[in-house]
Amino acid sequence: MTFEDAYRLSPELILGFFAILIVLLDLGVRRKGWLAALTLVGLGASAAWTAVLTAGGWQGTALGDTLAVDNFSLFFKFLFLGAAALVVLASTGYSIRFARFQGEYYALVLTSAAGMMLMASGRELITLYISLELTSLSLYALAGFLKDPRSNEASLKYLLLGAISSAVLLYGMALLLGLTGETHLDAIANALGRMPGANYPVLFLGIIFIVTGFGFKIAAVPFQMWVPDVYEGSPTPVTAYLSVASKAAGFAITLRVFTLALGGPREAADWSLIFAILAVASMTLGNILAIPQANIKRMLGYSSIAQAGYLMVGLATLSDLGRSGIIFFLASYAFTNLGAFIAVIAISHRIDSDLISDYAGMAHRSPLLAGALTFCLISLVGIPPTAGFIAKVYLFNAAVQQGLAWLVIIAVVNSVISAYYYLGVVKAMFMGTPLSLERVTAVRPALAALAVATVGVLVVGILPEPLISIAQAVGRSLIP
Amino acid sequence: MTLPELPYLTIIIFLPVVGALAVVLQQTTAPGRAIKLTAALFSFLPLVLSFILFLAFDSRTTGLQFVEKYPWIPRLGVNYFLAVDGLSLPLVLLTALLGFLAILASWKISLRIKEYFAWLLLLETGVLGVFASLDFLLFFLFWEVELVPMYMLISIWGSGRKVYSATKFVIYTLTGSAFMLVGLLALYFSTGTFDLVEMSQHPIPATVLPATAIFFLIFFAFAVKLPVFPLHTWLPDAHTDAPTAVSVILAGVLLKMGGYAMIRINLGLFPEVISTYAPLLATLGVVNVLYGAAVTLLQQDLKRMIAYSSISHMGYVLLGISALNPVGLTGAALQMFTHGTITGLLFLLVGLVYDKAHTRQIPELGGLSHRMPVIGIVFVVAGLASLGLPTMSGFVAEMLVFLGTFPVWNVATVLAAFGIVLTAGYMLWMLQRSFFGPLNPRHASLADADALERIPLFSLVGVIVIIGVYPAVMTNVIATAIPQLLNRLGG
Repeated sequence: MTFEDAYRLSPELILGFFAILIVLLDLGVRRKGWLAALTLVGLGASAAWTAVLTAGGWQGTALGDTLAVDNFSLFFKFLFLGAAALVVLASTGYSIRFARFQGEYYALVLTSAAGMMLMASGRELITLYISLELTSLSLYALAGFLKDPRSNEASLKYLLLGAISSAVLLYGMALLLGLTGETHLDAIANALGRMPGANYPVLFLGIIFIVTGFGFKIAAVPFQMWVPDVYEGSPTPVTAYLSVASKAAGFAITLRVFTLALGGPREAADWSLIFAILAVASMTLGNILAIPQANIKRMLGYSSIAQAGYLMVGLATLSDLGRSGIIFFLASYAFTNLGAFIAVIAISHRIDSDLISDYAGMAHRSPLLAGALTFCLISLVGIPPTAGFIAKVYLFNAAVQQGLAWLVIIAVVNSVISAYYYLGVVKAMFMGTPLSLERVTAVRPALAALAVATVGVLVVGILPEPLISIAQAVGRSLIP
Repeated sequence: MTLPELPYLTIIIFLPVVGALAVVLQQTTAPGRAIKLTAALFSFLPLVLSFILFLAFDSRTTGLQFVEKYPWIPRLGVNYFLAVDGLSLPLVLLTALLGFLAILASWKISLRIKEYFAWLLLLETGVLGVFASLDFLLFFLFWEVELVPMYMLISIWGSGRKVYSATKFVIYTLTGSAFMLVGLLALYFSTGTFDLVEMSQHPIPATVLPATAIFFLIFFAFAVKLPVFPLHTWLPDAHTDAPTAVSVILAGVLLKMGGYAMIRINLGLFPEVISTYAPLLATLGVVNVLYGAAVTLLQQDLKRMIAYSSISHMGYVLLGISALNPVGLTGAALQMFTHGTITGLLFLLVGLVYDKAHTRQIPELGGLSHRMPVIGIVFVVAGLASLGLPTMSGFVAEMLVFLGTFPVWNVATVLAAFGIVLTAGYMLWMLQRSFFGPLNPRHASLADADALERIPLFSLVGVIVIIGVYPAVMTNVIATAIPQLLNRLGG
């Protein structure tokens, strides 16, 4: 490892360092609040270093060209760090449920963030696989942190299904390696360009397996079976983290692998069409199955499947505009979904229930939380003035430009269906009779996180230009 | 009259938002009166300003006035582009007027006052924005903004199956706007701009979708809003279950968003397509008029009755557009304004009757004018205006529509004129059964409208009569917008 490697890898190394530090300090620290603060310091330090890399022109590759520090990966690093920070803030009231395991909780949040950051940087199959496993193993453990039957079930289910999907992914990667003799994405692209047509069926199989592996990560239908139970059983901050950061990491790795390595041989496997079909399936199934849900975490789980469907519309476009659309959508979705989850964490923690029916009359018991949650839900539907509205317009615009009007029609009809269940929550909060008159409040750090998320939703919804220009630069940087 | 340079439209559109914030930020202990006064102030100022714009509007020139245009999302080619012409200015004025009167009509609201007035003000901003935006994406944004306030207003402060009706309203409108979004993105792809003025300069090239397909994707959204039979079923539910003030806004201005957008976008951007499908529009118009009127005859509930009569009256708008000539279009545009005032007035009256008599069923009323002469007289005036009595604004508008369409679609015009007979039938019958005849003893102790309630009634009657007697006040303004709209049709 050279000095430059260390310099470029510092954001991840810092997180690793803080993870170890927190586990060690956990042995002696009584007031666990310090651990959350230390986690935030670690995330902040990592973000600061990432900012130095972004601004200082230190972009390049590290560890023998296996990791790229380009605008693309830097953007995602900020996204993961931001999401992790908001989740940590939102966990402050909630984390007493983890009793004496808070140190491990924060450490695992850091290691999984590091894993995701590596996922967004990887340019080589083995590196990508290892970073994906680093992320996943941390998340499997996080899912089980409540140590009650549901949480255990969530963790086990996530682990088993995740292991299967990893195996399939590995098999797909092995097929690519067998076909090309290469693991580096650029080299694979080159080799595939020279590959004889007789090998296309094998390549097709490889692509399908890789789609399966990534599809699990982004929770696309038909690889979504784990979502409802894992989302319901996991500690809610972990659910929020899964639904935003883990999904974004899945899209980062998909964008890089498919654009760089598999961009060429489209006649072998028209993966644009594969993603279009998965998009239709995810949107439709996610939205329809979300309607009957009584548990808000399950509902948001299905909603996140549907959102993955909208995002895959961008993958199907195969265009610069589509890629920047995905990046823009992911950023708006991060604000929106984290905002919704932070409100849910605060409310559910207080009323000790995740049932939508128990949210009845929340507008009286906590106008602030109910208002913020409503605003985020409106953004998820895609009604202005929110980030979700601009994100949909921008992404669907990219699809229309590529002649995918049919796909956009399916997507917008799905948005209408989604309004029904999102408004169901609004209905309960504003029209329902409160079950008790006790006020519902949240701790300050959680309110701060909620403020960041909702203000983000509003600002991006009204002044989207800066984020659009970032998304376009990031999207372009993917292709050297 | 020249005015100092100010972003008038921005101020008019966003004053209600400021008002909504001012309402929300008041202390929880603030008396209801303070909240209501704040709301009234922030809806009165836009009314004053839009009236000033109306006076300052130069009707000797055609084209846009009070233009504000700034880049908003340059990378998508979206501008913050506000302006009014003779078509939109009357509707901006109408919205500001009904917005203010709706606040006055809500004075007796006692449930969750802060939220109510905040949503009502936000709703007004959404509608004003639709009429003043000339960038399609901005237009679409305002079009969608209105949904959430409407949902809340109907489902919290409504009556009957309010949550059902509110949800139905949202789902219908969202479905329409979903197709509009596809249409507008396809338009953007074909023309490279969201600017409605620029788009209207040249025929829309067929690229990702043929122009006809885009036309109908967009038309569908507006047809839901207007509403056009058979997409109208959300309307009776939403109207019936909405609180009075919201019904006033809904019938008075929200429906006009559909008619306005058809003229501005379907006609303005696709004159070639619309002239091919003009017979379809005329047919839909006649069906709306007759179906709406026939169903109105059957209604027992006063509010439902007025709701269905709106469907019938919106048919004239469609018919006027289908003529594709200056007279018909002027009629359609004027019909939107006058229907806004007349139906707004009718809903206010129904609201008053319901407040006092606690029933809207026509058979349970009877002889009300003995106890409430003012309401009774104004109801008669509004009813006569609605059926198109000369010297009332309804007459002028419908007359212009018929004058415009008769040379083009004579059969359709004759059929639609029969709608006037039906309107006379249901209006007079309803007035007879509810206000005249022997007083139903149940209502022996009813009070008439008090001073506060009379303000909206009399001001709307005033507007109706002024336009009925001297329609040029409005038609001169509307006329300035017509040449631009028809120039690609050789008109």
